Amino acid sequence: MAKVNYANYLRMEKMPLYWCPGCGDGIVLKAYIEAIDELGWDKNDCVMTSGIGCAARVTGYVDFHTLHTLHGRAIATAVGIKMCHPDKHVFVFGGDGDIAHIGGNHFLHAARRNIDITVVFIDNWNYGMTGGQHSCTTPLGVRESTAPRGSYEPPIDAASAAIGAGATFVARAFAGDELRLKRYIKEGLVHHGFSIIDVLCPCPVNFGRRNKLGDPVKLMNYLKSLCVPKEKAEKMSPEELEGKYVTGILHVDDKKIELTDSYKNLVAKAQASDEYWARYATGRLKEEDKYPITREELKGLYPYDVETPLKKWKKL
Amino acid sequence: MGRIAFLDANAAVAEAAVIAGCGFYAGYPITPSSEVPETLAKIMPERGVPFIMMEDEIASINACIGASASGVKAMTCTSGPGLSLKQEALGEACIMEIPLVLVDVMRGGPSTGLPTRPSQADIMQARWGTHGDHPIIAISPCNAQEAIFETIRAFNLAEKFRQPVYILTDGLLSHLHAKVYLPDPEEVEIVERAAPTVPPEEYYPFDYNYEIPPLAPWWTKDGKSYRYHMSSLNHDKTGFPTVVPPFIQWQEKRLISKIMNHIDEIEKFEYYKMDDAETCVIAYGSVAEAARVAIDEARKAGIKVGMFRPITIWPFAEKQIRDLREKVKRIIVVEMNLGQYILEVQRAVAEKIPIYGVLQAAGIPIRPIQILEKIKNPEKSVEICMTEEELKKFGGGE
Ligand SMILES: Cc1ncc(C[n+]2csc(CCOP(=O)(O)OP(=O)(O)O)c2C)c(N)n1
Ligand code: SF4
Ligand SMILES: [Mg+2]
Repeated sequence: MAKVNYANYLRMEKMPLYWCPGCGDGIVLKAYIEAIDELGWDKNDCVMTSGIGCAARVTGYVDFHTLHTLHGRAIATAVGIKMCHPDKHVFVFGGDGDIAHIGGNHFLHAARRNIDITVVFIDNWNYGMTGGQHSCTTPLGVRESTAPRGSYEPPIDAASAAIGAGATFVARAFAGDELRLKRYIKEGLVHHGFSIIDVLCPCPVNFGRRNKLGDPVKLMNYLKSLCVPKEKAEKMSPEELEGKYVTGILHVDDKKIELTDSYKNLVAKAQASDEYWARYATGRLKEEDKYPITREELKGLYPYDVETPLKKWKKL
Repeated sequence: MGRIAFLDANAAVAEAAVIAGCGFYAGYPITPSSEVPETLAKIMPERGVPFIMMEDEIASINACIGASASGVKAMTCTSGPGLSLKQEALGEACIMEIPLVLVDVMRGGPSTGLPTRPSQADIMQARWGTHGDHPIIAISPCNAQEAIFETIRAFNLAEKFRQPVYILTDGLLSHLHAKVYLPDPEEVEIVERAAPTVPPEEYYPFDYNYEIPPLAPWWTKDGKSYRYHMSSLNHDKTGFPTVVPPFIQWQEKRLISKIMNHIDEIEKFEYYKMDDAETCVIAYGSVAEAARVAIDEARKAGIKVGMFRPITIWPFAEKQIRDLREKVKRIIVVEMNLGQYILEVQRAVAEKIPIYGVLQAAGIPIRPIQILEKIKNPEKSVEICMTEEELKKFGGGE
């Protein structure tokens, strides 16, 4: 394996990384850069958006076209970009609060639309950035700053939600298993359609400390004990799988049409018509379709002596 | 060179957006604005540019921000409840200085309010809806033809000033069909985003050397790629977050001054029969058309009355309204709300001359007769003007 020049993909002037010692986010970023490097993609063709949160800080480090948007809105922003530039690679990085909780609706609908965006979803079971409040992925009974006696809310399984909503590539990885993490990210990037890599990731400072797991190694080992590879899980009973995280490529669908491809088909249909803008856009508009107007005629439509953006208005 | 068409103001705004070069639309349906996306759903694929209905208004404006940041002219459209949802992202467009056109077809409120009924109750939401200090440009056309010209102007202002621009219409204007002229793109002044003057290595999205730093497209037509970062947090010239007070203050002040230093280019208004007027009616949007009829009638009765019609609602026409203090004896503000624009008029006039209001938030247009009564008798308050017969048609209500 060739040595990866990480600095080629990073804004080195922004180092050191903002994350706490022991945070898993840096591992995910490293795996992600390795995946991009293996694919040999040009930085100039890569776009990344993120919302707000610790995980969302990734956009500041990667040397792509980057937007650090509003909390929860990175996927919606990415949809706008991808629709305009179907030939570019568009990625989203974000946390559980950002992607699955406040931004949950955008997440489900981007999955449904099967737009070719790759989402790296960093699930650290809490709102790390704002001080460790419980989120929609916090397991029942786990302590957080807003759940001092343990969370009483059942959590969401984001990977299953993505499959249910229609995503065509869904994988679950663990930040402590960097090799497989990289492979899943790489396959997600290559996949033509909506892909999500759900990464179980340690937050020792805000989640760990409140749950006697403040030591990063201890926390990593604890999370590791919850992970079960898909192949093994297939042989386990539902009772045995209770509270476990099944890792692996959980779902792939290569048949569903991708959104920008579908829009291209629509454009072809529309431009085959004889409507004004179809003729205009395809150079079929003829001189006789054009209607010269005099100032007098315009005056009837626009009776006030207010300037218009018509170039000829003043000359007429 | 263009076409004559018979359109309501919603369709007019949509057609004009395409003329202005709108390359991306994202929206969510809401009465009384739906003809905007319905028209665009037909014509944008014909032009070969993306159109998408998103999962909500928040997604719509955020998608527009993404599209516009990458270098594409973008528009979204909504009405009251949807506008409330868009406010956080509107602030993002302000702080990231992203050109954007936001159409708000005003309906009654608060809340779900009066979906099918007109109002002008979003004047202050347009100004102060998002949190934090920020500038805003808002335009209020008075008929379908003007909606076409003003939509083109809205795109031009957005691109020139790197700024979200509102088009405020209302449920009456948006459903009133009229004969209009739709120019071809070649016939109108169309402002394109200023191109960066430096190569990608030297480019900063918020370069201190400019009053309005050029917003580089991510991919230029000649094959260059500008890679840079922009954050919704307060940022320095590089686009990265900062909390250093002088940088913050510089940014916040420039956001306001980049608009206020160019107020003459942005303000647009009409004086109607104002030469010898002693009473000035101030009205905007569809209401101005009712005021015009009332003024013509009053003139027939020998009353010296005219109208000042702001077309640019925000920034406020401070100078023009202050000048009215010397020109006329009284002002009557007419608006379809319980008094929003009038607050600014009162502030600017500072009690030098009396200000009266015809303020109605009943979900029905203000009639010329109501304005005429006020012109004749400013001290008397104006009631809803409807016959028993007409009221019966509305049914229900105790
Ligand atoms: C609209 C809005 N609400 C709340 C916040 C405050 N906020 C910032 S980050 C964050 C949570 C981030 O959690 P997550 O997405 O899980 O990221 P992490 O920090 O855990 O990586 C919240 C609630 C905000 N910035 N904007
Ligand atoms: S708070 Fe948690 S998620 Fe955020 S940087 Fe620290 S360890 Fe990482
Ligand atoms: Mg989190």
